[in-house]
Amino acid sequence: MVWRAGSGHIGGSLSMVEIVLVLYHCIMKVDPQRPDSEDRDRLVLSKGHSAACLYAVLAEMGFFDRKLLFEEFIRTHGRLSEHPDMQAVPGVEMSTGSLGQGISAAVGMAWAARHQRKPVKVYAIMGCGEQQEGQVWEAAMAAAHHRLDNLVAIVDFNNAQVSGNTSDVMNPQPLPEKYRAFGWDVDEVDGHDIGGLAQMLQKANPAEKPRVIIAKTVKGKGVSFMEGDFHFHATSLTREQYEQALIDTGSE
Amino acid sequence: MGSHAGGVSGMRDEWGGILTRAGQKFEKMVVLDADVSPATRAKKFAEAFPDRFLQLGCSEQNVVSVAAGISTMGLIPVTSMFACFLSKRAADQVAISVALSHLNVKLCGSYAGLTTPNTGPTHQSIDDVNIMRGMPGMVVMEAADAVELEQIMEASLEYTGPTYVRIVRCPCPRVVPDDYQFQMGKAPTLREGGDVTVLGSGLTVSMCLQAADILAGKGIAAEVINISTIKPIDAEAIAASAAKTGFVLTVENHSIIGGVGSAAAEVLVEQCPVPMHRVGINDSFGKSGLLDNILKNFGLTPDNIASRCEQFLAGVRS
Repeated sequence: MVWRAGSGHIGGSLSMVEIVLVLYHCIMKVDPQRPDSEDRDRLVLSKGHSAACLYAVLAEMGFFDRKLLFEEFIRTHGRLSEHPDMQAVPGVEMSTGSLGQGISAAVGMAWAARHQRKPVKVYAIMGCGEQQEGQVWEAAMAAAHHRLDNLVAIVDFNNAQVSGNTSDVMNPQPLPEKYRAFGWDVDEVDGHDIGGLAQMLQKANPAEKPRVIIAKTVKGKGVSFMEGDFHFHATSLTREQYEQALIDTGSE
Repeated sequence: MGSHAGGVSGMRDEWGGILTRAGQKFEKMVVLDADVSPATRAKKFAEAFPDRFLQLGCSEQNVVSVAAGISTMGLIPVTSMFACFLSKRAADQVAISVALSHLNVKLCGSYAGLTTPNTGPTHQSIDDVNIMRGMPGMVVMEAADAVELEQIMEASLEYTGPTYVRIVRCPCPRVVPDDYQFQMGKAPTLREGGDVTVLGSGLTVSMCLQAADILAGKGIAAEVINISTIKPIDAEAIAASAAKTGFVLTVENHSIIGGVGSAAAEVLVEQCPVPMHRVGINDSFGKSGLLDNILKNFGLTPDNIASRCEQFLAGVRS
């Protein structure tokens, strides 16, 4: 879909494929036939630029027709914009794209769910470059202060952002220590290990604490020429690259 | 009418009561604070409904995005903050978290315009109308007095979608009639006249009415219209009055760049081009000091409003 659209944040989409798959297949309580059901779990894609991955999983889950991936991704009159629009796409819970805002929205959802005594769990996926946004830490402080134990954040730590490796651009590490100091329960996991991710995401939050799972990932995972290369943060593909990517990922 | 500096109950005190009464009527309403509730008087709501009050500390950007998240869960979040930080510091959050998806968030900005006189430019909000007016789909409102503010807040809570209400800190003399019914998008004419049109909003409406009294003493009939919905603006009322009088003066507790004057000019230039003048803050920051002195400094007095109308008419008639 990215190749056809001639645009899309492919690197950060590929780094979180397993995270999103595990969430939708093994963890979250959602019903693609009833995308608006009140007590569904929520996923906020705070790193909204990786919407291509979210769309692919939502379509695979049956939230909408797979055809849309090819016909409506980054098309002027299409519903699947490069950053997700909650009003246009079934299954998208929040319009995101301006970094740092999604995690705050997830805090709001978690607070509202508890306020209304709804058995809703809220998940938010952030990027590693996103950790540089001040708003992330405003949200982190609020989540711990208000003891939101129905909130789970996942950091897709692929160590690459627009202008370079995240650790070179503005190093957010040591991230586990920072979240611990903010009052969160912290775990680390290999973000491409489906079994490990499932195990980690099934764990309950400690009482009155938000959880963050820092997932070590590889930008452009699965595609030989993209892996670990920050240049594939947001780029179009040549026909040769596209064909190589299909071979690398075992796609038709 | 006397000083704006104190004595009478200020609009912020009214706000505390209005929020609390709205809380009784709208059970899904929750109030979010950024550590200013003792100042905005939202504290009164917090005391009445502690479970429906969310304190988030000094984090305006977080507050707005949290409110967006809360609104998706079927509650009606009201952010009661300082107008300056809500509009400028959290502008991107208002745009992307709230306005982009037309979420049902009620943004309320206190200490609007120059009305936090001592603190000066850091806390005065002279461009919030400009910023909020530019947000696609945002309804922007300001009340001329406490009676109208209560009705504006009710209308805002009944409406589904993002709204911005700006609230001054000081008292506003009662100007709306007893049988007043606020209608979103309608600009009520508070006084009819055929010689000049004077458009006020919020705090300045009472000044415009006093100016009309002064002008009446000189044989000039001023029509005073209350622009309580700044967006969507009542183009029909403004154009009809302009067609009748041939001159429009706007008066705002805000920068004349992007505020009510600009909004009126946009209507007039397309629908009824007539000469107009704008009274307000002209490409400068506010000042620290006594409110009455600051307002005077920016020409926000009945005398100046009246004399600007007189000067125009003198030019036409000479």
